[in-house]
Amino acid sequence: MTEELASAEPRLLHGCPLVESAGSYVVHCNRGSYYELCANLRTDGYAMPVGVTGVDYLTHPGRDLPDGIDAERFEVVVELLSLVAHKRIRVRCQVPESDPTVPSLFELWPGTEAHERETYDMFGVVFEGHPDMSRILMPDDWEGHPLRKDYETGEIPVQFKEARR
Amino acid sequence: MTEPPAVTDPSPGAEPSADDTASAHRAAKPSLLDRLLGRAPTSSTAMDLMLQAKTGEGSQELEPRHESSLTQYGMETGSRLALAEGVSLDRGDLDVEVPEDESMILNLGPSHPSTHGVLRVMVEIDGETVLRTKPVIGYLHTGMEKTAEELMFHQGCTNVTRMDYLSPFFNELGFCLSVEKLLDIEIPPRAVWIRMLMCELNRVSSHLLWLATNGADIGALNMLVYGWREREMVLAFFEKVTGLRMNHNYFRPGGVAADLPDGWRDDVTALCEAIPLRMDEYDELLTGQPILQKRLVGVGPLDADTAISLGITGPLLRSTGVAWDLRRDNPYLAYDEVDFDVIVGTNGDCWDRYAIRFNEIRESIHIVSQIADKMPSGDFRTQDKKVTPPPRGRIDESMEALIHHFKLYTEGFRVPPGEAYVPVESPRGESGCYIVSDGSSRPYRMHMRSASFSNLQAMAPMARGSLIADAIAIVSTIDPVLGDVDR
Repeated sequence: MTEELASAEPRLLHGCPLVESAGSYVVHCNRGSYYELCANLRTDGYAMPVGVTGVDYLTHPGRDLPDGIDAERFEVVVELLSLVAHKRIRVRCQVPESDPTVPSLFELWPGTEAHERETYDMFGVVFEGHPDMSRILMPDDWEGHPLRKDYETGEIPVQFKEARR
Repeated sequence: MTEPPAVTDPSPGAEPSADDTASAHRAAKPSLLDRLLGRAPTSSTAMDLMLQAKTGEGSQELEPRHESSLTQYGMETGSRLALAEGVSLDRGDLDVEVPEDESMILNLGPSHPSTHGVLRVMVEIDGETVLRTKPVIGYLHTGMEKTAEELMFHQGCTNVTRMDYLSPFFNELGFCLSVEKLLDIEIPPRAVWIRMLMCELNRVSSHLLWLATNGADIGALNMLVYGWREREMVLAFFEKVTGLRMNHNYFRPGGVAADLPDGWRDDVTALCEAIPLRMDEYDELLTGQPILQKRLVGVGPLDADTAISLGITGPLLRSTGVAWDLRRDNPYLAYDEVDFDVIVGTNGDCWDRYAIRFNEIRESIHIVSQIADKMPSGDFRTQDKKVTPPPRGRIDESMEALIHHFKLYTEGFRVPPGEAYVPVESPRGESGCYIVSDGSSRPYRMHMRSASFSNLQAMAPMARGSLIADAIAIVSTIDPVLGDVDR
């Protein structure tokens, strides 16, 4: 696999560009091909969902992306592991700011449940088909999504519900 | 009673319909206390709503059975979660054969010693039997990932070390390895071996603490004292090396903060002699004890497929028979140069998890003694002046050293743009730091993949059908650290 990647042409994995980044294999995709790509990876033997997280590229738009992938504000990053083949792969899916929704991977890996809730909580990316799309770390009535780059730090809103009134 | 204004305006996330029915039900029927005291029922819709508004977390909580969706219901009852293609789930398949009005929803935690911090587990119980489980977390969330975006790379370790506060070295290690991967620097062999030494001792101290709290959770209270005592021996060594018992900030990108102190080898040898002897004692004290076996054997079983699809790692995964240990299967540092066994269970029950952690202490001590023999000499941090500050003595003599020192501590060092994730095997499973850099001296995004956060998802499948007391044993053997879960 390493030799193939060394060639200049970007390799495709299930129709999505595969690149190497700091020693890991990263496959990039758009929202449309996200679920299908993940389903194919599941069939390929990536049985363990290591984690799902997000990145808000609001203030760092000029990142390196392979051809055919248009940079959007949000990225959903999925790290997968194949215990049999001892291989890891990372999926980076572009999610537009105007409609931050992606399909949930719960049906493929139930272990993504808590991670997707965390990503929703922190970035406001909604996972469609998730059984329980609620906040997980912040209080239920919290406003805003703290890890977005336009969420100000240093501001402490009222933390206790009864203290507001 | 005059109605407080809070009552008329319930919080937006709360589900008023359910509360209304529940409180109306309660208002109509005097409670046992009301009847005993011979007073009129005090609970009212207003009172209930007020309590709800104060404590409720809305849909984050375990909802009444009819309100949770089918998949959610399946998740809470711990049924097999990943279904084969074309198989559809029926509510009847999952139904717990207890009518909803005969069961009760109970909070375990968030403030209780057996929850190991501030874990809140909501369980629906029928008598003593657990029907549904849902962990509610976030009580210790302090926004450390946001904080990390404000701290420079050389300051980052002070932040991450506080996440999993029982195994701080592993957080620092994950962070440092990711930063070093982005910087593309090699660290000197002595730094690698010092890191290994500290990590393995940290695994010992973490598992010892687990042994102590697990003992306390299941009634072997004397173990609580012994476990903490042995852990303190290891922490005393940490204090000698790093200056702090916990939250060390000892690993830095590029190496470690300081060399090992004089006489470290004697201390390590003493630990390597003392701890295995003590472990033999505890083996005698605990392992053969019928009460302990009754509390652990066959309790909270987990199968390998469920564990893998839930992203469970560490001793929990190994207890199901999957021999997966990143130290062996994905070697980092110099783990390919030491000899150790990966301890694997068969049934995935609490007993296997107990045995795995117990024996991992012995394996770690075995590794530590090898490290003490093989510890190379040389630098303890890289000589790259852009990453490593000059030694204090050089600042007085060399203008260049002064400039480097000043630049490093005011501007930090720049890390090339990119992303990296390096997993390490912490005492709880796979821990790793996903760092995105935009080329500045602060991480653009830092995400900690914490083992406890994922492992907590195994709570529902393991707890179904067990007793409440078993649920406590299950939480205990998951060994979550809430600082790591909530970050």
